[in-house]
Amino acid sequence: MSAVTTVVARDLTRRFGEFVAVDRVSFTVTAGEVFGFLGSNGAGKTTTIRMLCGLLAPTSGAASVLGFDIAGDADAIKRRIGYMSQRFSLYTDLTVEENLSFWGGAYGLAGGLLRERAAWAISIAGLAGRRRTLVRELPGGFRQRLALAASLLHEPPVIFLDEPTGGVDPEARRRFWDLIDELAGAGRTVFVTTHSMDEAERCHRVALMHAGRLLALDTVPALKAAIPAGHLVEVRCKRAAQALRLLEAIPGVSEAALFGDRLHALLADSSVGASIASRLAGAGFPAVAVAAIAPSLEDAFIHIISHSAHQPASFEPRTTNREPRAEGAS
Amino acid sequence: MIRRTLAIAVKELLQLFRDLRTTLTLLVMPMVLLLIYGYALSFDIRHVRLAIVDHDGSRAARDVQQAYLRSGYFDLVGLERDEGALDPLFDSGRAQAALVIPDGYGAALAAGRRTELQFVLDGSDAQTATTILGYARQIVASVSPVLRTPTALGPVAARPLVWYNPDLASARFLVPGLVAFILMVTSVIATALAVVREKERGTMESLRATPLLALELLIGKTLPYLAVASLSAAGSLALAWALFDVPLRGSPFWLAVVTLLFLAGGLGWGVLISTLADTQQVAFQVGLLSSMLPTLLLSGFIFPISSMPPVVQAITHIVPARYFLVALRGIVLKGTGPEAWGMQAVALIVYGGVVLLLATVRTVRSL
Repeated sequence: MSAVTTVVARDLTRRFGEFVAVDRVSFTVTAGEVFGFLGSNGAGKTTTIRMLCGLLAPTSGAASVLGFDIAGDADAIKRRIGYMSQRFSLYTDLTVEENLSFWGGAYGLAGGLLRERAAWAISIAGLAGRRRTLVRELPGGFRQRLALAASLLHEPPVIFLDEPTGGVDPEARRRFWDLIDELAGAGRTVFVTTHSMDEAERCHRVALMHAGRLLALDTVPALKAAIPAGHLVEVRCKRAAQALRLLEAIPGVSEAALFGDRLHALLADSSVGASIASRLAGAGFPAVAVAAIAPSLEDAFIHIISHSAHQPASFEPRTTNREPRAEGAS
Repeated sequence: MIRRTLAIAVKELLQLFRDLRTTLTLLVMPMVLLLIYGYALSFDIRHVRLAIVDHDGSRAARDVQQAYLRSGYFDLVGLERDEGALDPLFDSGRAQAALVIPDGYGAALAAGRRTELQFVLDGSDAQTATTILGYARQIVASVSPVLRTPTALGPVAARPLVWYNPDLASARFLVPGLVAFILMVTSVIATALAVVREKERGTMESLRATPLLALELLIGKTLPYLAVASLSAAGSLALAWALFDVPLRGSPFWLAVVTLLFLAGGLGWGVLISTLADTQQVAFQVGLLSSMLPTLLLSGFIFPISSMPPVVQAITHIVPARYFLVALRGIVLKGTGPEAWGMQAVALIVYGGVVLLLATVRTVRSL
């Protein structure tokens, strides 16, 4: 991976009236990187992307894409980036080919170059032989790949994808991510937002956003390492939902969360694990199995968010009278 | 610049043709409306329901009755014995006018004495009554040997000579207005939906992320509609010529120029609405109201601007049809050139420029 910096944000902030959608977010992204923006809906991911694409002016702070300032050089940025918005960006009443001609034309492509790039887009979208099909007749996965291909017609070195795989089946989603890997392999910067842990796992680095703030930014293994080895246990028992409150009350259990029919507990000390089974059994939960497990990204996510809610000061280095809005998870 | 504008125009045209129903509506609707309203809308009055009371019964009395009924303007609804019978006829609306021939009418005429006919009118519709009165006077003049000699009226006689529309057919005056009205409404509606549709579908966000400029987007969106509206305008004018005897005395070239300027203004207004509205429904309603009412009431289409109060006259200056109508009527009826309506053409250019500028500013702002 080369270390050429492509996207830089410094204390990027956007308010809508009283509401702070993005709160002093800073990060740096390099060429060839798949940079994931992970967070729930309303965390500020889309607002951040829209600012970086020059679609929304920041309230304060600064950012640049490929060296161009987002406030002053939005037009220069728009010529050099690809953007896939959350809303489907193709015209469903036009054919595959017509859509590509239009979006290529909107980026100023014409003639032989446009034909060549459109042919390339059709091939990576897997739509050879369906050039004249109306987009509304394509399955969701193909539409999504075509939308990505359309945003790449002008060969942008930086691509912003805002929740690109919404409503797409797992197989199509996997193929879509293969395409993202290829693009990054070719040296492009792929900036992608998601609220899916599976997708975040495929990013080189993940920025964790919550309530407008960037809580953590690191590689996936490093994020998972926020939870020390042996401190995470999986608890299997019957009536897991009822057991959750009891589990949280056990001294030494700092966090507990329900994962389907199981419970995950984060321990202050790895020795606490031994007492869990007997405590739950004593409270009338039979057949309790407790085992240490490797943390998933979701475990790390929950841990980091609740940590930030419990100890807001560590994420608020500046003097401020604003209350942190982090509600905590679970 | 041109490349990107063209990309938008081609795409818009493709979408327009794929939506055949809308295209046909835009093309055919103006002509259908012109047919319907062209026949319905007329100030010319025919078949006035006339009752006659003949107290005389002479040959001269029968002549004057025949003159009325043969004129083509009057239909006989009743031959009554006395005036008392007229009341129920007028009250029920069965008669609009009545002719009363006094006893001794024929004898007086034969003796060369001055005599009078009574003409009774339902004045509750003043406009219609005035028109009917005009017809009635004409007919009396044509049958009266006395009135036909100017000396009976005095030494000076006015001999009216009506230019451009010698038989004063109201269609020649109204149909050009109707064409302007229909074109304004259809062109505004056509583009009012154009930009807001992209907002509703969510494609606007992606368009904004491209290097497309607001002006390129708006011009590219307007051009295809200008082409369609021009075809539709040509069809409407041809129809006016073929069916309503609206002549084309002036230059077809200048007619095309002012029509294009007018259409561009209407389409520009539609685009402005489109950039302000958030849903197609709102855009449609605002487009309909803002094009229909001012064009109907404030353009001089039906009501002469010169007889409006000064405040209302001032308002008419922002109604583009006002300028178009002067130029259109001038070109088709009078055969005038730019020297007669040049200022109107300039006003249309200014109007189109201002609305497009406002729409551009609005689109840039919403980024």
